[in-house]
Amino acid sequence: MATRARPLTAMHWTGAAFAALVALSVLGPLGAVMARADWPPALGPGDWAAIRFTLLQAALSAALSVTLAIPVARALARRRFAGRRLLVTLMGAPFLLPVIVAVLGLLAVFGRAGWLNDALAALGLGRIDVYGLQGVVLAHVFLNLPLAVRLILQGWQAIPAERVRLATSLGFTSVDMRRQFERPLLRAVLPGAALLIFLICTTSFAVALILGGGPASTTVELAIYQAFRFDFDLGRAALLGLIQVAICLGAGALAFGAIRRQEVGAGLDRPPLPWPGDTPIARLGDAAALIAAALFLLLPLVAVLLKGLPALPGLPPVVWEAALRSVLLALASTALAVGLALPIALLVARLRRPGLVEALAFLTIAVSSLVIGTGLFLLIRPFGNPVPLALPVTGLVNALVALPFLLRALVPAALQADATQGKLAEALGMTGAARLRHAILPRLARPLGFGAGLAAAFSMGDLGVIALFSTPGQGTLPLEMYRLMGSYRTDDAQGAAVLLMGLTLALFWVFDRGGRLDAATR
Amino acid sequence: MKHPIIAAGLSVIAGAASAQAPVLTVYTYDSFVSDWGPGPAVEAAFEAQCACDLQFVGAGDGAALLARLRLEGASTDADVVLGLDTNLTAAARETGLFAPHGIAPEGLTLPIAWDDAEFLPFDWGYFAFVHDVALADVPGDFEALAASDVSIVIQDPRSSTPGLGLLMWIEAAYGDRAGEIWEGLADNIVTVTPGWSEAYGLFLEGEADMVLSYTTSPAYHLIAEEDPSKTAAPFAEGHYMQVEVAGIVAGTDQPDLARQFLAFMLSPGFQEVIPTTNWMYPAALSPDALPEGFGTLIQPAQALLLSPEDAAARRDAAVATWQRALAR
Repeated sequence: MATRARPLTAMHWTGAAFAALVALSVLGPLGAVMARADWPPALGPGDWAAIRFTLLQAALSAALSVTLAIPVARALARRRFAGRRLLVTLMGAPFLLPVIVAVLGLLAVFGRAGWLNDALAALGLGRIDVYGLQGVVLAHVFLNLPLAVRLILQGWQAIPAERVRLATSLGFTSVDMRRQFERPLLRAVLPGAALLIFLICTTSFAVALILGGGPASTTVELAIYQAFRFDFDLGRAALLGLIQVAICLGAGALAFGAIRRQEVGAGLDRPPLPWPGDTPIARLGDAAALIAAALFLLLPLVAVLLKGLPALPGLPPVVWEAALRSVLLALASTALAVGLALPIALLVARLRRPGLVEALAFLTIAVSSLVIGTGLFLLIRPFGNPVPLALPVTGLVNALVALPFLLRALVPAALQADATQGKLAEALGMTGAARLRHAILPRLARPLGFGAGLAAAFSMGDLGVIALFSTPGQGTLPLEMYRLMGSYRTDDAQGAAVLLMGLTLALFWVFDRGGRLDAATR
Repeated sequence: MKHPIIAAGLSVIAGAASAQAPVLTVYTYDSFVSDWGPGPAVEAAFEAQCACDLQFVGAGDGAALLARLRLEGASTDADVVLGLDTNLTAAARETGLFAPHGIAPEGLTLPIAWDDAEFLPFDWGYFAFVHDVALADVPGDFEALAASDVSIVIQDPRSSTPGLGLLMWIEAAYGDRAGEIWEGLADNIVTVTPGWSEAYGLFLEGEADMVLSYTTSPAYHLIAEEDPSKTAAPFAEGHYMQVEVAGIVAGTDQPDLARQFLAFMLSPGFQEVIPTTNWMYPAALSPDALPEGFGTLIQPAQALLLSPEDAAARRDAAVATWQRALAR
């Protein structure tokens, strides 16, 4: 841990300014909605139940996602096999899918008419019912397990090969490996990963309602939707938005308080070495974890592919135009998100108590996009018609929402770079841009590529706020997919879903791979 | 640096060109303006006769449309709002943002009488449970459905207009007994979805035997996919209607053009587009003019519809009843 205060450079001040802007971009629209509301705002009768259910399902989903991710990430970290990289990329797909596509894929496997129930019936066994709290958690784990695996895997990859060699020469057993490496690593990585997934799940609406099976699964997000659309009660919507802010900051304080920074020391970026203390049981366990995770994550994707591929060649031109628009929008959002995230991550890495700054940035995923979108609409409107700005506003909001993912990827790496090569650079009198370029950025290339990939994929796949502003001829690919679904064209919608999945994965892969280009030795 | 200047120049020219023709701004729901909705054909047909520029602005569904209008208030750019249904018109009227249309509609083909000073209907449909023709023992009313083990998918009334329609259907048919009916249906309901698309998608995936949709839904499969395997279950209580309407915004700067659009809305140029784009019944088109395939649809013996004021007054209590019955 940094024991002496070190001066903040221009880059850090930029980070501070960006963090303030990001917080303002959430709190400003929230305030705008509040300002338009009747006073005093009040919660409705069902809202407390919605808050309780939201917290319960999000906590369960986050806990289960990170717990299941530990053995999968460990297996990926210590095994080398043909197709490993492809598997890592493909397993990330559920996180990148629009939720309705993911839900339909999941139901093709776990639903009443799904493969699993067909298999159970063929074996003469009882059926499983996916609808209920178990279904909500199942879907959230399906969507977020990939993210947890990648974040934990990143922690493993940060351990220099030199230390593994040292462990081998000391004759470490697998128990020693856990105590010396895995436990500190998990204390550094798990709280942040769990927080991210918890917050994503608190804003869940369609997944929770569909798989929850009925109004008992009403979430805060649905209550906000109801307040806006059904009751036009802006005060209640804003109040629920404030509760989302409180949940975010409260969970952020808990999670960032629990983080213990990982001290792994510096290395020379040598290729990874086999782990010491390997046993046949460990090999068997890793194989089981990988096969189970691959089946769980990939089977629903296979279902989506099988349904959509036949319709892919015949998709109408408007879908392809929307696809191009979405790719361009995703690239712009990613550039913006990276530009915002890098200075903020460097600032967070430098602060002694960085939790608050990062938690502020996390507001972008914790607060309902319906509140933010409506607030932005109210803020823009006095100055002009917001409708022609639909695409830029969607790009901006997508960049803001992608920010927490980038930060979670970048901050641990930035901390380590600051503590190792950064100190070395300072000892050599290297400061400012030179220090950043030679000592820090090379250490960030891999997480930056991964984070940018997440940002691009997220911007590509998310419906975002465009649905609030939609006008003819401006549709993004997710919007056109929903339009196809809404006009009975299910086959074309499934084809569009496959196109969306393919493009999203390709974008993610390009960025993620780009981040590892210089790391050919790893 | 040349391109921005050229682009700016072009937009000035484009602006000058459109400045000659008056602009009529119509707010509607998103699926109306999509390439598969009625929007493109309606726009072309109206612009051919109005010497104006018809601009559609899409906003979610009917409820989102009303919320958008309320957000904008009197300063809205909308001249006409198209796509509210009669469950929303009481709240819409209460905003005071709508002006009387002043049109005496002729040739309406709704199964009910129409008398509304602010809103005119453009299409309508009956809610119904759609199922596969292979389904055995199709229930003939809500009580039979509740007693059966037929599974259904419905929409949430808080986020979906068909979901609210089902709520009003049971209200209109059973009144004080609605809670009892919902309790009976609870074990038939596989799940509740946020909107129509998700529910219909789940049904097509085989997750439930029946889905809440419209009596006209099988016409899509028959006409567009040549698939006669879907049908709707006639219910003895009668079927609740969804009537979709349009109204003129009081603050419009194009009152004559807006009235001209509403008159056009009831003419064949608009009405003939509706059946195979919105998959609903047009509000002013003779049944003989409907496309082939519509003749095969079930014809409910009785049309149910609460008045807008009645629907608005009973809405909150009905949602509470629904939530109580299904929350267990």
